[in-house]
Amino acid sequence: MKQTISVLVENRAGVLNRITSLFSRRAFNIDSLAVGVTDDLTLSRITIIVDNGNSVVEQVEKQLNKLVEVIKVRTLDESSLIGRELMIIKVSANKNNREQIMTICNICGAKVADISPTSMTMELSDTPDRVRTFEDMMRPYNILEVARTGVIALQKGGGKI
Amino acid sequence: MEMTGARILMEGLLRERVEHIFGYAGATICPIMDALMETPEIGYTLVRTEQNAGHMASGYARITGKVGVCIVTSGPGATNLITGIATAYMDSIPMVAITGQVPSNLLGRDIFQEVDITGAVTPFTKHNYLVKDAAQLPRVLKEAFYIASTGRPGPVLIDIPVDIQEQVVPDVTFPEEVHIRGYKPSVRGNDLQIKRVAEAISQAKQPLICAGGGVWLAQAREELVALAERYAIPVVKTMMGISLLPVDHPLNMGMIGAHGNRCANKALAKSDLLIMVGTRAADRAIISPDEIQRRMATIHIDVDPAEIGKNMQAAIPLVGDVKVILQQLLALEVPAPDAAAWRACLKEYRRAELTREFPRREGSVFPGTVLRKLGWRLDDDAVVCVDVGQNQIFACKYLPQKHGRLLTSGGLGTMGYALPAAIGVKVARPDRQTVVVCGDGSFQMAMNELAAIRCADMDIKIVLFRNHVLGLVHQLQKAEPYHGPYGVALDGSPDFESIAAAYGIPSMVADDEDKLDETLDRFLGTRGSCVLICEVHPDVGTND
Ligand SMILES: Cc1ncc(C[n+]2csc(CCOP(=O)(O)OP(=O)(O)O)c2C)c(N)n1
Ligand SMILES: [Mg+2]
Repeated sequence: MKQTISVLVENRAGVLNRITSLFSRRAFNIDSLAVGVTDDLTLSRITIIVDNGNSVVEQVEKQLNKLVEVIKVRTLDESSLIGRELMIIKVSANKNNREQIMTICNICGAKVADISPTSMTMELSDTPDRVRTFEDMMRPYNILEVARTGVIALQKGGGKI
Repeated sequence: MEMTGARILMEGLLRERVEHIFGYAGATICPIMDALMETPEIGYTLVRTEQNAGHMASGYARITGKVGVCIVTSGPGATNLITGIATAYMDSIPMVAITGQVPSNLLGRDIFQEVDITGAVTPFTKHNYLVKDAAQLPRVLKEAFYIASTGRPGPVLIDIPVDIQEQVVPDVTFPEEVHIRGYKPSVRGNDLQIKRVAEAISQAKQPLICAGGGVWLAQAREELVALAERYAIPVVKTMMGISLLPVDHPLNMGMIGAHGNRCANKALAKSDLLIMVGTRAADRAIISPDEIQRRMATIHIDVDPAEIGKNMQAAIPLVGDVKVILQQLLALEVPAPDAAAWRACLKEYRRAELTREFPRREGSVFPGTVLRKLGWRLDDDAVVCVDVGQNQIFACKYLPQKHGRLLTSGGLGTMGYALPAAIGVKVARPDRQTVVVCGDGSFQMAMNELAAIRCADMDIKIVLFRNHVLGLVHQLQKAEPYHGPYGVALDGSPDFESIAAAYGIPSMVADDEDKLDETLDRFLGTRGSCVLICEVHPDVGTND
């Protein structure tokens, strides 16, 4: 089962290394990991998606908590989280198929970020599922390059971790 | 006040009440050595290889309860120290290791003697720092000592580039307190859980306490014994908790585990309530945690929340400082469990183990026999540092404990630990009788440190079991599924009497059990250090 772990850490060099080495040592596979600074500039939020058993995730959570630079760790409740991922995708495009691609973009809510005589580059920020659907829809147009940020997430409602 | 980085370091160490450092000099710590020379309040021991600076600091820390400090140069000095750090980490020993580093503007260029030491030790330090501004040193030092010594103790490494040691800071202030947002170890146990534990104890029929090294780390020996005695609960120990109870204490059931005492393992198998205190229940101690969980109720008391449920899922977890929790438990009065029958049965097991007859062999001595006779002769508060191998198993199983300490590398099982650890002990407590128990393999990993003994004219008695093999591995290789001993004969070993003599240390040989009493008396009666070489047959096994 996929689980989303949200970690608040000191915004300092070396922190990410400590966190990832915790995972690699226990052979936990990280599906995705996204880091960014928070409203408090001394803190970063790391969102980690793992696909492991419950007891494993519990142990990871405890080990993360032991790190001196980790302030808070929380496994987010899947049913009430807002998870988003940004994808930038570049496909081959020309005057014959631009219209079709635009139609798909409109349906999926993607925006065109760049265009050239032989290509189009779209951006989409959405749930990982819908990002994947859009990517699948782009496959017939010869995907040239894809970049995804990994999921960032917050819990719904007024609370904070 | 204006100070260099090196001076700030000394000042910070003094503020942490550091009295001794174990180390090995090199180019990138020359500014620190210079400052140390001008700091007569701090003593210094030059080790003979950096790993042993870690072990000495460990012995020092374990006997004083203070943070052990070691300092080495960058590159090979730092990498040599890694085993010492890892050994301390596995046994949760409070330690601050300081490493020199190449100049900060050259970091990352692979210049002479540069290694990424903070990167290398991240998996086995509690925390580490690479200091890039000397103005940060007062805070870093304060934090390092705080982190190393609180909660679950452990080693902290501070890497200081040589230019930072020379950097002049115009206006230095030292913090009085630490503020670390992400580090707040739990101290008090949850009151509700405490109550549940007390109730479980009072309802048990066959309760058993399993005490580990965490009890020593929390300095909670008295509380542990008080709890055991209040409710008359028998106690088994892990290797790290071994000397918590004297051998003749009626509740002492010995050491559990793959290499433990039979009586302890029998008690563990039959208990209906296991109270684990300051132990992580690792594989060597608790061989089949699933089985234990199925068969009995378990209580797990530990300062580290991550230990709860890591190796074993306890019915009642209790997180906090072991000493405080035991005091909380002692403050509650519940009816004592009705466990007289249980104790009577255990007493019988224990008697069988203590009076167990050891085999005899012409021309050699049996380690169990030597250790039994040795233990009874030692001072009440003697410190025995034990190495790794058969010698460790024998000592942990059969050396009679009084009210002293047995120090060994339980978590990592690092050969060569005992001799340097004993030196660390002796530096801190010159008046306490200090004994090393080691094998002929482990002794050869550490014998260069006889120089430190010689240099400080120390009194350390070394019991060396010479079986001419890496005994424990030899024993393993003789059993299924292996096909016999290979690569374990210690051919080419030196004559240990000559080695000792080369360092000006006397020695004697024990190869006749009929003369053992007299030999041991002579050995312990020798002034200053002495090596006792015990001839042991290579085929001796730890279950003999
Ligand atoms: C540094 C290190 N290397 C290897 C081992 C593996 N090992 C465990 S016990 C042992 C044999 C120890 O031999 P010795 O010191 O002669 O003690 P004995 O078992 O003979 O009493 C070895 C090699 C270890 N524990 N530590
Ligand atoms: Mg040997």
